[in-house]
Amino acid sequence: MNAQAPPRAELDAVLAFADDELVLGWRDSEWTGIAPFLEEDVAFSSIAQGEIGHARALYELAAGALGRDADALAFDRSPEEYRCAPLVELRLVHDWAGTVARHWLYETADGLRVAALLESDWPELAGLAAKMDREEAYHRMHAQMWADRLRSSAESERFEAAVGELWPYALGLLEGEQRDRLCELVGREPVEAIGRDTHSDELAPLWEEMTMVRRSLPGATW
Amino acid sequence: MVTAERVWEALAEVADPEIPVVSLVDLGVVRDVEVEDGRVRIEFTPTFLGCPAVEVMRDRMAEAVRALGAEPEVDVVLDDSWSTDRITPAGREKLRESGFAPPAPREATGPTLVQLQSHAFRCPYCGSTDTRLENIFGPTPCRSIRWCASCRQPFEQFKTI
Repeated sequence: MNAQAPPRAELDAVLAFADDELVLGWRDSEWTGIAPFLEEDVAFSSIAQGEIGHARALYELAAGALGRDADALAFDRSPEEYRCAPLVELRLVHDWAGTVARHWLYETADGLRVAALLESDWPELAGLAAKMDREEAYHRMHAQMWADRLRSSAESERFEAAVGELWPYALGLLEGEQRDRLCELVGREPVEAIGRDTHSDELAPLWEEMTMVRRSLPGATW
Repeated sequence: MVTAERVWEALAEVADPEIPVVSLVDLGVVRDVEVEDGRVRIEFTPTFLGCPAVEVMRDRMAEAVRALGAEPEVDVVLDDSWSTDRITPAGREKLRESGFAPPAPREATGPTLVQLQSHAFRCPYCGSTDTRLENIFGPTPCRSIRWCASCRQPFEQFKTI
């Protein structure tokens, strides 16, 4: 237990981060079995597992501070209560260019977010961020490799179009100065962000599926 | 009377659920053992946050402590205190013998793709460094897949974290 409760704003940021990782992990896992080739099937499934593992650790951290249960935070809230950015909600399965574009934008933004959390005054959060950063290095490497690969392929226009389409969503992952930094890293001008104050139409069906088992037997122990 | 030493000995017999040739002590995931009035407190850090074996590891450690006649408390610590550098020399050797290439040492800057694509990684079967990266990701979060051009075998490489 923390001697001092973390500030509300920091708790909200942890929950938003957890929601991003859970929902993105869910979306990434939709490629399991149907990725472009076997190695990528393994890689994307492993990345999905990694994101969900991070979501779990973040929910547990928030749950400890709020005196709640991590699974309840992850699955018992209504879709409107989730604080994930719409970027992670979009169903991009069957669109590999779009999926790689999101992966690359997300990991680039996530690198900035995690780097900032390393400096958090909440020691458990700073410690967790350090562990996540070590693991995310592999996700970032994978995302960059794929972005480079598609950019130098015959499908480069399709990839750039997907990045352009998702760009307002990617900015919506971050706030303030981190947005400026993301513009620099991605090499794009700032636009109006599609941020956490709104949800896409795709969250509700995802939530239905994601929480179905838990809702079918409330309070069950597995 | 349970002592910390006896607990460490018992934990050295607890196999990793996914790579049973190494124990949890070999893996370096046991951070601390404290014994007080028949209660044993173990601090443990999982290898990867997404590792599905965390619960199994926790339960097996608790079981090992109960077998000594003590009451266990296993605290999971989620921070950067575990790194692949904590795998013991004995653990690295057991990994190699079972066909898992042990991890490269951790560097301050973290791994890069260029580094993973280099020839610095040795095949655990034939010892050749003529190996290449096949997939950054493998069957579990902690492993990559490489290919040895010398003995023409794929092998699993522990990721450095």
